[in-house]
Amino acid sequence: MRPIAAMLLLAILALAACQREERDTRPQSALGSGEQPTPVTTLEPGGQRPSPTDNKAASFEANAFHLSEGKRLFGWFNCSGCHANGGGGMGPALMDEKWIYGSSMESIHATIRDGRPNGMPSFRDKIPDDQIWELAAFVRSLSGNAPSSAAPSRNDDMMAHPSENRMPDAATLGKSP
Amino acid sequence: MKRLASIAFATAIALFLQGCAGWQSALDPKGPAASELAWLIWFFTGLCAVVWVLVMIALAIPLMMRSRVRAEPLVLDAGADSRKLRVVITAVGLTAVILVGLTLLSFFANRTLAAIGSDAVLTIRVTGHQWWWEVRYEDATPSRILTTANEIHIPAGEPVRLLLTSTDVIHSFWVPSLSGKLDLIPGRMNVLDIKADKPGVYRGQCAEFCGAQHANMGTFIIAEPRAKFDAWWNDQLQPAAEPMSDEAKAGEDLFLKRPCVMCHKIGGTPAGGTVAPDLTHVASRQTLAAGTLRMSRGNLAAWIADPQGVKPGSHMPVVQLNGDELNAIVAYLEGLK
Repeated sequence: MRPIAAMLLLAILALAACQREERDTRPQSALGSGEQPTPVTTLEPGGQRPSPTDNKAASFEANAFHLSEGKRLFGWFNCSGCHANGGGGMGPALMDEKWIYGSSMESIHATIRDGRPNGMPSFRDKIPDDQIWELAAFVRSLSGNAPSSAAPSRNDDMMAHPSENRMPDAATLGKSP
Repeated sequence: MKRLASIAFATAIALFLQGCAGWQSALDPKGPAASELAWLIWFFTGLCAVVWVLVMIALAIPLMMRSRVRAEPLVLDAGADSRKLRVVITAVGLTAVILVGLTLLSFFANRTLAAIGSDAVLTIRVTGHQWWWEVRYEDATPSRILTTANEIHIPAGEPVRLLLTSTDVIHSFWVPSLSGKLDLIPGRMNVLDIKADKPGVYRGQCAEFCGAQHANMGTFIIAEPRAKFDAWWNDQLQPAAEPMSDEAKAGEDLFLKRPCVMCHKIGGTPAGGTVAPDLTHVASRQTLAAGTLRMSRGNLAAWIADPQGVKPGSHMPVVQLNGDELNAIVAYLEGLK
């Protein structure tokens, strides 16, 4: 009796390995959803700026497919032209712990969608909204803010920095506080 | 009855082989490389068939013969043994000769293939992408370098050198009517020389599994007389045609304002993306999406409205457009001859 129970348990455990990440190959076509205006100053009545929230952030953040699509689009749309592989150039660095407009997915999404003062253009009409979410998720992975099990691994060609799944958390540099 | 069956069988074989003719068949060669390979295919198949039949007969003979029980199994029959030994040695010798012979044939065929492009008049860089072909005509004059997609025009009767590479995964370039297949490998340049004897359209296909839409990664080699080819090249170098109607003009504006502009290039406009097929003369091509759809107004609209329905997994996203916007963009693209 006992061996049968053990086999059954093993079989159930093995079945658990069949769980696979959902891959959304038919992203929504909408342009610039989530009509939350991007604040242009840090001055807010009451002193506390409400942070925008969107339930899409959670579904894109730790999804390996979306992160790798974000990496592809980052290259295709020439983000490196200003942000230089995340190291920063004409635009600010994306791989450090400094976030001018906050580190949340929602504010990175708003930055790409609506643009920001001093150079960041608006891509509201140029990139389908789901692709903006993919880009935002990838940008977070540049500073080690994505789970290493989901973040893209090494490139096929020369790399400017360690692969995203090996990037230390920029805020702690991998050290525990 | 037997006669009828054999006639039916011969007809069936003939009809079956008929399927091997046409614009994509290694058994219907239209160029020197493919002829060489087709000859090899037939010779190898024929010789192997003969050997197979002989082996089957040799196996069948002892099976049919009634076994004789030797009177004295322990007494050696020197004559019979040496006869058997001779048969085995002859068979082994013949096998060795045939194998070496076939190897030599294959070697000399390869030499012929390698010699085709020694005096190539034209160099074309073919880059594989998931799931389309980028085609770049090299020229010493930079202003005559031409980039197009999926359709490769070549002058008929002249050897052409193809430089094959890839940007994502391994693909393989195979136009069976003209040549054997050769892989497109990221970070490596492979060289394939082709020549089409006569003008015509020859279909090619990616021959290395490269992802979800591997089957829909077709290409066309269009061989034309030299004068027609030169005229085609000069036409393709021109910037895109100006939109003729108000609708097409609106379509151009939309193309430049919407996500299309992020990836595609249209010469003569600010659209300069290089990660998707060049659309400067898209309507002059015969098919859309690497041989997936025939070029027509309806298919253009279907492809733009729902690329993920036509070619699931392709990198062209579904873009939100209303009916008027879609019609305008299609009217514009349709005019890009």
